[in-house]
Amino acid sequence: MKRYVSLLLVLVLLAAVIAGCAPQDNATDGGDTATEGAGDAVEGGDSDKVVKIGIFQPVTGENGGGGFQEVLGSRYANQLHPTVEINGEEYKVELVEVDNKSDKTEAVAAANNLVSNQVSIVIGSYGSGVSIAAGPTYEEAKIPAIAPSATNPQVTQGNEYYFRVCFLDPFQGEVMANYAIQGGAQKAAVITQLGDDYSSGLGNFFRNSFAELGGEIVAEEQFQTNQTDFKAILTNIKAAEPDVIFAPSSIATAPLLLQQARELGIEAQFLAGDTWENQTIITNAGEAAEGVALSTFFDEGDTSNPAAAEFVEGYKEFINGNDEYLTKNGGDGVAAVSALGYDAYMVALEAIKAANSTDGEAIKDALKGVSYAGVTGSITFDENGDAEKDMAYIKTIKDGAFVFDKTVKTD
Amino acid sequence: MSLTTLLQHALTGISLGGAYALIAIGYSMVYGILLLINFAHADIFMMAGYFMIFSIAVMPWPIAILVVLLGTVLLGVGIEKAAYKPLRSAPRMSIMISAIGVSYFLQNFATYLFSALPQAYPAIPLLKRPITIGALHSSLVTFLTPILTLVIVILLMLLLKKTKIGMAMRAVAKDYDTSKLMGIKIDRIITITFVIGSFLAAVGSILYFTDRMSVTPFSGTLPGLKCFVAAVIGGIGSVPGAVIGGFLIGIVETFMVAFGYSTYSDAFTFLLLILILLFRPTGLMGESLTEKV
Repeated sequence: MKRYVSLLLVLVLLAAVIAGCAPQDNATDGGDTATEGAGDAVEGGDSDKVVKIGIFQPVTGENGGGGFQEVLGSRYANQLHPTVEINGEEYKVELVEVDNKSDKTEAVAAANNLVSNQVSIVIGSYGSGVSIAAGPTYEEAKIPAIAPSATNPQVTQGNEYYFRVCFLDPFQGEVMANYAIQGGAQKAAVITQLGDDYSSGLGNFFRNSFAELGGEIVAEEQFQTNQTDFKAILTNIKAAEPDVIFAPSSIATAPLLLQQARELGIEAQFLAGDTWENQTIITNAGEAAEGVALSTFFDEGDTSNPAAAEFVEGYKEFINGNDEYLTKNGGDGVAAVSALGYDAYMVALEAIKAANSTDGEAIKDALKGVSYAGVTGSITFDENGDAEKDMAYIKTIKDGAFVFDKTVKTD
Repeated sequence: MSLTTLLQHALTGISLGGAYALIAIGYSMVYGILLLINFAHADIFMMAGYFMIFSIAVMPWPIAILVVLLGTVLLGVGIEKAAYKPLRSAPRMSIMISAIGVSYFLQNFATYLFSALPQAYPAIPLLKRPITIGALHSSLVTFLTPILTLVIVILLMLLLKKTKIGMAMRAVAKDYDTSKLMGIKIDRIITITFVIGSFLAAVGSILYFTDRMSVTPFSGTLPGLKCFVAAVIGGIGSVPGAVIGGFLIGIVETFMVAFGYSTYSDAFTFLLLILILLFRPTGLMGESLTEKV
């Protein structure tokens, strides 16, 4: 009897392994499993000509929410523009998606997965930390990567192969510091996440800008990744009596910070960077989210750009047509990172067209000269690979929704 | 640091300590009886969090709380029957590995069912009512946790010392085989132990998550580890010891973060574990091991 049970167990395990390795489209395999999955699988129905674009994003882990929104932006773009012309022939564009799990170690494994899948270009990631971690992998494999929303300068610094289509944190920190000072704040507290490049970097830039503008930083606190209890930090901040609290944290942490602060009786306004532009923060924090101000890359209500308006309409249809997307996006609001995911895909296509090749090196060289009118503004790259973006949108949370406040331009 | 801030921190620490104490008791009791470190305890605590999220969506909160308590107890007992009972006569290593297996199974099962994205823990209206005592602001649950913990521990001690079942439990903890010979129904005692442990984990999870407002499949890992440390520090196998250990860890952790050493707060907890094991392995409340010649 026991022998038969053991035999049965072995067969079940084998079946599970085979099922796990079976090809799926849009495989969101982590970096550690075999590459038999996405690689050989979807070769396109009739044509053999395929160019692969890697989608390098977190769909699980603390940045899974924002990462998935960026994936949706790219998927929508792929739906609208599924082919590209290279040397007079039409190539099908195939998205190879991997999940970097919001973790730097997983990021390298996921990046290696994309490299062995022979993608020509990578779009990703949401989260500066994982992008920086994977940078050397792409550089070594000579595959260009476009970060849609990673704002830390180190993502592109010193890496010829990394580009980005959004503004940078020094700019963003300055924008928020200006906003705070103009709002009458004189004392600010800064909360950053230990070990997260984005959070620490942006916190620093804000701190420096705020001090330069004459403000006083009265408290600086840090927390660990995945921490859920901030009472101790917030109690210290409360004692320092700041006018505003700048807390560039992940989407997962935001509602916790907001709720626990209000519970302790802290009434200061919360300011944050682009990561806080996510509906789930309002859903989870409820009333505690009122009055939050943040800087972001895109506003769906901005009617000045006809391309943007068309994008918003089409994208909303795309989201509403799929229940899973609707839930994970937290409604049908257009997240700025989705718009950037879309723009990144379009820029990638432009580069492929200009390079007339699927070779990473050629596409990288072509990228440098790309000029594209995206839905988030015009995109051209400077010698660092950074998009020359000079405008940020400030949004506030009012009555349970994101409300456009104003745009800020650098002079 | 002003007195108000200090008191506020103390309140946070005691509240955290209370939640840790409730979970640590579960570890202590199961170890006392089965000599098993129930690694899955932390994940039962995490599952209780998810049960609450789903119960409160379909029923009013008093009933949801009852459902969560019942569900967690069933889960705990179910795990015992499925994963630990068949291994009772196996070497101790096997049952420990089984516990680790259950722990990973629960984490991944939760990831599969609920996704790894954090889910918002519902705010139970009564517990989240803001209360201000003097200059201390908090919600009712923060004040309630230590009080509830003490009440539960006192009731548990009464159960252990004054009832027949309690005596049976103490007997099994003292000497497993002899108790069997004396006619104590071992299965029933072990089931009751898990019932109590899971019940406490459920209560602990309600108090813990109400204050922390979000659950992921891995929310149980770090608290579970810390509560295990708390149980060891207090003397594994001893209920009062677990309580003392829980409060100790909770308060120390809070004050370390308060004084700006948040980077070291977790490290300190584990350092404490190493020190206790080196210098007083039976824990603060454990009996000193006498060497029988």
